[in-house]
Amino acid sequence: MKDLMIRPERCMGCRSCETACAVAHSESKSLFSAIGEKPAPKKRINLEPVPDLGVSLPITCRHCKEAPCVSVCPTKAIYQDENASMVSYDPNRCVDCWICSTVCSRFTPLYHMILVMGCWTSSMNHNRKVISRQAEAGIKCDLCEGRDMPACVEACPTHALIFTEANEV
Amino acid sequence: MKVFADGSIFMLNVGYEMKTEIYEKSIDLASQKMLQKAEEEGIETAWDRYEKQLPQCSFGQLGVCCRNCNMGPCRIDPFGEGAQKGICGATADIIVARNFLRMIAAGAAAHSDHARDAVLTFKKMSEGEAGSYRIKDEAKLLSLASEYGIPSEGKSLEEVAGKLADTLLQEFGKQDGHLQCTRRVPESRLKLWAELGIEPRGIDREIVECMHRTHIGVDNDAVHILLQGLRTGLSDGWGGSMIATDVQDVLFGTPQPRRSTVNLGVLSSDKVNVIVHGHEPILSEMIVEAAEDPELLKLAEEKGASGINVAGICCTGNETLMRHGTPIAGTFLQQELAVITGAVEAMVVDVQCVMPSLGELTGCYHTKFISTSPKADFPNTVRMEFHENRAYETAKEIVKIAVENFPNRVPEKVTIPEEKQECMVGFSAEAILSALGGSPDPLIEAIKGGAVRGIGAVVGCNNVKIKHNYGHVNLVKELIKNNVLVVTTGCNAIACAEAGLLLPEASEMAGDGLKAVCKALGIPPVLHMGSCVDISRILVLASAIANRLGVDISDLPAAGAAPEWMSEKAVSIGAYVVSSGVFTVLGTIPAVLGSQAVTSLLTGGLNGVVGASFAVEPDPLKAADLMLEHIDEKRKALGLN
Repeated sequence: MKDLMIRPERCMGCRSCETACAVAHSESKSLFSAIGEKPAPKKRINLEPVPDLGVSLPITCRHCKEAPCVSVCPTKAIYQDENASMVSYDPNRCVDCWICSTVCSRFTPLYHMILVMGCWTSSMNHNRKVISRQAEAGIKCDLCEGRDMPACVEACPTHALIFTEANEV
Repeated sequence: MKVFADGSIFMLNVGYEMKTEIYEKSIDLASQKMLQKAEEEGIETAWDRYEKQLPQCSFGQLGVCCRNCNMGPCRIDPFGEGAQKGICGATADIIVARNFLRMIAAGAAAHSDHARDAVLTFKKMSEGEAGSYRIKDEAKLLSLASEYGIPSEGKSLEEVAGKLADTLLQEFGKQDGHLQCTRRVPESRLKLWAELGIEPRGIDREIVECMHRTHIGVDNDAVHILLQGLRTGLSDGWGGSMIATDVQDVLFGTPQPRRSTVNLGVLSSDKVNVIVHGHEPILSEMIVEAAEDPELLKLAEEKGASGINVAGICCTGNETLMRHGTPIAGTFLQQELAVITGAVEAMVVDVQCVMPSLGELTGCYHTKFISTSPKADFPNTVRMEFHENRAYETAKEIVKIAVENFPNRVPEKVTIPEEKQECMVGFSAEAILSALGGSPDPLIEAIKGGAVRGIGAVVGCNNVKIKHNYGHVNLVKELIKNNVLVVTTGCNAIACAEAGLLLPEASEMAGDGLKAVCKALGIPPVLHMGSCVDISRILVLASAIANRLGVDISDLPAAGAAPEWMSEKAVSIGAYVVSSGVFTVLGTIPAVLGSQAVTSLLTGGLNGVVGASFAVEPDPLKAADLMLEHIDEKRKALGLN
C-alpha cells in the first residue's frame, strides 16, 4: 500500500503543497478558476514551522481507520469517533508526551525524533478548524483519489513529499 | 534509489515525471526533427527544462509573492486561509500591481537601452569615430531633423546627424518638456494622456520612478501603480522603441519589400554557418558585410567551404532580414535547435532572449559561442566585445573564427532539416504607404468598403507553455480568413514566415475581400514590419490612418495580440499598445490573477480610462474571435457595415 511520506529536511516552506492540495480538491481543478470558487476549496495539508529547529514540516493527516496515534495516546487527547472516520485532537487533554508522533507512519523513521517538538499536535489543531465531525464532509487527505500521484507530492519542488511503499524508506 | 552527497535519498519511483511527445512541442516539422535528434543524442532543451519545473509555483503564477524588502519574502494565500497581507501590510492587490510595474520597467529598460546604443553609434558615426557606419537613409535623417527642430539648411549631413544624435540622447534623461515622438500620435489621444497624467516624460526617468515606487513603503495603491505602468510603457513605445527604429533606419536603411527564406533549412551543408542572435542590429549589420569580404571568402575556400552563410534568430535576425534579406534560422524557441543541427560554426549573440543554456549546448558540438555585448556575457562564451570604433574589424574577426572552425564540423553529428520557406518581408510604414501609392487612402477605402474588415497586429515571443508556433500561426490564419489584414513583428513574424503566410500567394488563404486587395497590390495578407522595437512602426501606421480619418486610434477597427508571449518586454509592449488605444489579447496568462482588482482593471476597467483593455485567451481561434468581435464593434461605431 503506497502512502505519502514526509522528508522534512527537504521542505523549503514554499507552501506549493498547500495550494496544489486545495486546487486538487476544488470544483474546477484549475488554479486560476479555483481561487474564485465559493466556498473556497480546502487544503488537507498544512505547513508547520518548527521555530526551535528552524525547519518547516508539511503535515497531512490521513485519519487512518486504525490510527496508531490514537492507540498509543495515554490520555485520549487524540481520539476517533465511532465509525473511525476522523481522528480528532483535544489539546486540553494533551500532556505533551509526544508518543503519538513516533508512531505516525507518514514520517520517515529518522524524523520521528524531530516530531518530539510537537508538530503533530499543532497539525491536529489545524485539522480541528477544518474537519467537520460529519464523516461525509470528508475534509481529510484522501491521497487524491483518481490521481496517479497526490497533488501535493506532484507540486513539491524538492521532493520533501514522496509517494512510496512505506517499507522502502 | 539514489543517495545524494548530503546523505539524503531520492527514490526513482517518486517525483513528478511527465513526458511530452515531440509532436506536442512544436507544429514545425524542422523543429520536430531537431527535437528528435536532441532526444537521440541525450541533449537537453528548453522543453525538457520546462517539464522539470512542473508544476510551477502557484504564488508566482498568481503574482502574489513579494521580495522587494528583506523582511520578506511574503506571499498571500489565494484561498483565504493563510496570510492575506505581507509584513508591511501590502495586500494581494498591491503586491500584484507592484510586480507588474517592475515587469514593465524591465521591458521598457531593455528596449530603451537598445535605443541608447543605437543613438550612441549614430553619434560616433557623425563624429567620424565609427568609420564602418554611414548614413544610409538621408531622407529619413532630414525628416527627423525637421521633426526635432534641427536646421539642415547649408549644413553637412554629418553635422545634422550630430545635432540629431545629441537631441535624441536628451530624450533619455529629459527632466522637463515632452518626448518628441509622442507628437506623432493623434491629438485626441495626446490630450487623453495629459488628462490622465500618463504622458511620458524622460525615458530613463519613468523607469527609475517605477523602481522607486515599488520600493517598500512608496506607492501602495494598485490603480495609481498601474497608471505609472502605462506611462512607462508609453515611454518605451513612443520613446525608446521608436527612437531605436528611426535611428537604425537612418544608419542601416529603411526596409523595403524583398524576398528571403526562413527556418532551420536555411543552414548550409557546405558553407560556413554564422548565426546572429539577439536584438541589436549594430553588430550584425557588420557581420553581414564581413561575410562578403573577399579575404574571408578566400579563407573559407581554403578551409573547404563553398562560402559564408549568415542566418538570424530572433530580432537581430529580423533586423538583417528586413534590410538585407538575410535568411532567418528560427524563432526564440529554435535557438537551441539551430545548434543541435551540428552545422553551426559560430553562434554570435548580443542581448535579450539569448538562453544561457547555449553555453553548455554549444559544448556538445563544434559550435563557437561568441558573446559580443559589453552588457551580456554567458557561460562558456568566447568574448569578442564589440565597440563602434572598430566595428567592421571586430565583425571580421568573429567571422574569421567561424571560418576557421569549419573543418571542425563533425559530419556524423550534422543533420540539417530540409524545411525552409520563402517569404516576402520589409514592410516598414514607409514601404506600406508607398505600396499604397503614397497615402493610407486606398487601405482606408478598402476598410470602409468592407473588403478589409480591419487590421490585426500580432506580435511577440514563443513560450514553452504553448505548442511552438501553434498560437501564432493559427491566430493569424483565422484573422486573414476573416479578411483582417495582419501586420506582424518579432517571433510572430518568423512563425508566420515559416508557415508560408508571408507570401503574396498566401492570399489564397485569405477571405475574398482581403484576397482581392492583396492581389491588386501584390502584397502578402500578413505584412512583416520588423523586429520587436519596430512595433513602433505599427503605432506610426495606426496614427497615420487615424489622423487621416480624423479619429483616435481607439476608434479604429483594429486589435492586437501576443499569442505566445513570455518576456518582460512584451509586458511593456502590452502596456503601450493598450494605452495607445488598441485592444490586445494575450495568449499566456500574466502573473496578475492573484488580484481581482488588478485583473478586472486590466481586462475591463482600462476601457473607461484609455479606451482599450487586455483579454487573456490561450486558444488562438477563440482569441481571433475576440479580436473580430472588437473589430466589428468599432466598424459599427464608425458607421461602417
